[in-house]
Amino acid sequence: MTKNIMIVGVGGQGSLLASKLLGHLLLTEGYDVKVSEVHGMSQRGGSVVTYVRFGEKVYSPVIDKGQADFIVSFEKLEAARYIEYLKVGGRVVVNTQQIDPMPVITGAAVYPENLIEKMEAAGALVDAMDCLTLAEQAGSAKAVNIVLMGRLSRYFDIPVEKWQQAIRECVPLKFVELNLKAFELGRAS
Amino acid sequence: MKELMLGNKALARGLYEAGCGVVSSYPGTPSTEVTEEAARYDEIYCEWAPNEKVALEVAFGASLAGTRSFCGMKHVGLNVAADPLFTCSYTGVNAGMVICVADDAGMHSSQNEQDSRHHAIAAKVPMLEPSDSAEALEFAKKAYELSERFDTPVIIKMCTRIAHSQSVVETGERVMPEPRPYEKNIAKYVMMPGNAIRRHPVIEERTRKLTEYAESCEFNRVEMGGTALGIITSSTSYQYAKEVFGESASILKLGMVNPLPVKLIREFAAKVEKLVVIEELDPIIENHCRQLGLTVSGKDVLPVCGEFFPNMIAEKLGAEVPAHGSIGEPLPGRPPVMCAGCPHRGLFYTLSKNKCTVLGDIGCYTLGAVAPLSAMEMTLCMGASVSAIHGFNKALGGESEKKTVAVIGDSTFMHSGMTGLANIAYNQSNSTVIILDNSITGMTGHQQNPTTGYNIKGDPAGKIDLESLCRAMGFNRVVVVDPYDLAACDRAVKEELAAAEPSVIISRRPCALLKYVKHNPPYHVDSDKCIGCKSCMRLGCPAISIKDGKAVIDATQCVGCGVCAQLCRFDALQA
Ligand SMILES: Cc1ncc(C[n+]2csc(CCOP(=O)(O)OP(=O)(O)O)c2C)c(N)n1
Ligand code: SF4
Ligand code: SF4
Repeated sequence: MTKNIMIVGVGGQGSLLASKLLGHLLLTEGYDVKVSEVHGMSQRGGSVVTYVRFGEKVYSPVIDKGQADFIVSFEKLEAARYIEYLKVGGRVVVNTQQIDPMPVITGAAVYPENLIEKMEAAGALVDAMDCLTLAEQAGSAKAVNIVLMGRLSRYFDIPVEKWQQAIRECVPLKFVELNLKAFELGRAS
Repeated sequence: MKELMLGNKALARGLYEAGCGVVSSYPGTPSTEVTEEAARYDEIYCEWAPNEKVALEVAFGASLAGTRSFCGMKHVGLNVAADPLFTCSYTGVNAGMVICVADDAGMHSSQNEQDSRHHAIAAKVPMLEPSDSAEALEFAKKAYELSERFDTPVIIKMCTRIAHSQSVVETGERVMPEPRPYEKNIAKYVMMPGNAIRRHPVIEERTRKLTEYAESCEFNRVEMGGTALGIITSSTSYQYAKEVFGESASILKLGMVNPLPVKLIREFAAKVEKLVVIEELDPIIENHCRQLGLTVSGKDVLPVCGEFFPNMIAEKLGAEVPAHGSIGEPLPGRPPVMCAGCPHRGLFYTLSKNKCTVLGDIGCYTLGAVAPLSAMEMTLCMGASVSAIHGFNKALGGESEKKTVAVIGDSTFMHSGMTGLANIAYNQSNSTVIILDNSITGMTGHQQNPTTGYNIKGDPAGKIDLESLCRAMGFNRVVVVDPYDLAACDRAVKEELAAAEPSVIISRRPCALLKYVKHNPPYHVDSDKCIGCKSCMRLGCPAISIKDGKAVIDATQCVGCGVCAQLCRFDALQA
């Protein structure tokens, strides 16, 4: 069976490293893998999404509604935006940070309340966590992506050493320690 | 070695392995990474050309000289390069020449979603269409063989989902082809009427041979499964068809989409009960089937507009679609915005404040059309702002000349703004053109261009001086302003609009995302001074918002440009 992970967030938030890590890890685990994302216009602070699919043989590069086993989100509103993509009984791993989009900033719209509860009401299992604080604890606000990966790793039947190895192979040497710590904090959260 | 590779990077790897020696391209999403990745190989000469027409002609020159060559572009780029394309179809090539065109069904980053297959058909050149990274690599290599065997440029058509997806590839070694020394051949390479008229039948014969080749070539394959449904498809639609139907349907997967086979399609159709074509955008394969007299379904159920998704195909063709939950309320959108500290913002604020009619162009600055700035009223294609303002002013006369401006980025100006400016100088409209010089091609992910002084590798290169260029064209009024200085912008816009002759304003400051740009510490709000007048909100800087009636600045986003502080009459925004 093909497994589907969506990584969503706001352009410029660092989903690239998260998908690189997953792709690398899953390939070494012997799966067929596809990772896809749209580059371009949306990256200027727009809503961005990356699809990671793995299994024996993966065809479609994209994940459609009702197909995602996991949604990993850098931001609350973005998790909610893609909730229709979640499988019935799927899980959302979400950073509780709130980043106001331009329509909210200009007052044309309001940032919705109680998004976590609303996602649960939509049938999602939700792991909501303050990844920013954990990332800062690990040494850099930029490590939110790896904190999220740490949490996600709990749901995979892949030994933690393999995840750590993948981190060592995917991040520049001087950031390895920081990211290993961020991963640990996310996994233990 | 097996590795995960982006479709565009895999294509670049294919160029490398095929011994390609010269690459000239113009950036455009989703094609840009092919050339950026090719530039990582020292064995390949790579460059950003000023536009796609130049790029294609550079590649043609290299092919003529005997070196395998390449040029890459997005779908609309092929419109610009169509002129040389149509005629180098007649001349054919010497060493192999491959053109990549990347379509953008769904318009993730484009101004239209035209189907590039029309160009291949009209120019009578073969077109290959990979469906994943492994095929992108393989097809790139094979495209050179095809090009040399049939004496034709070959187009590889990518699309957003193949270009920007990573899938597994196996790489090989670089193998250099047999040398093909340049030989003078006036009858083949000088396309004046007497020669071209003899080349046309050669091209028709080539198409006949290519059609024959398409019947059994390795790019097209049949995957027999259940025979109740037979699907003809290509590219990403093939992946969706496999995803939805698996082994339950039979599939004819086309890797060569021009010319299309005849026998192969007829034979496949005869083996299945119902024939469906799944293709994004226009019904090209479908119409071909109809011409063959086959009963076929396609655009009667599937849309012409937008990109396909697996569920859409499942639903339209009667397969099962998975259930899902919903939030049950509309959520605020998150459209792209100009970055905090973007140099374009101050200029657009000025245009908005002066109620100018702004004829725009394509780049990051197109976001000037978005609220709250809403300071752009036309965007067509690259370069059109400068040509269109001339027409606009000729049509409306003096009153229009006093309030209308054209805005165009530095890269876009080099691409196709210069010719429009020549027209203003020559045919004399009193037009005001603003060049937004942020020293980079921002929208497509920061590529160098002829005004930046650096080449594709980041090494020092020739640098075109915009002021001298405009003056040489006959513009007496060329002024440079810093868009972070709102007073200076206001003065320049007012003066140049009022002037009795055409002028160019160069709004100059590098893009806030460039590595060498040093930022000031973030600004903050003195909440005792802020009265909540929201003057600063008219800028649309994503770092400023209103909380509990007062402005707040997000220190993680603010780059300290100080533009907002110039709008505050109460001195509440401080460094
Ligand atoms: C014919 C054509 N080629 C390429 C593109 C893709 N494209 C859109 S905007 C742009 C250039 C933007 O650079 P610039 O004019 O310097 O403005 P900036 O984004 O830096 O503000 C490019 C290459 C296009 N839309 N049309
Ligand atoms: S990338 Fe540069 S030019 Fe584009 S919006 Fe951001 S700051 Fe402005
Ligand atoms: S100084 Fe003001 S306008 Fe500039 S980035 Fe900061 S908040 Fe935005």
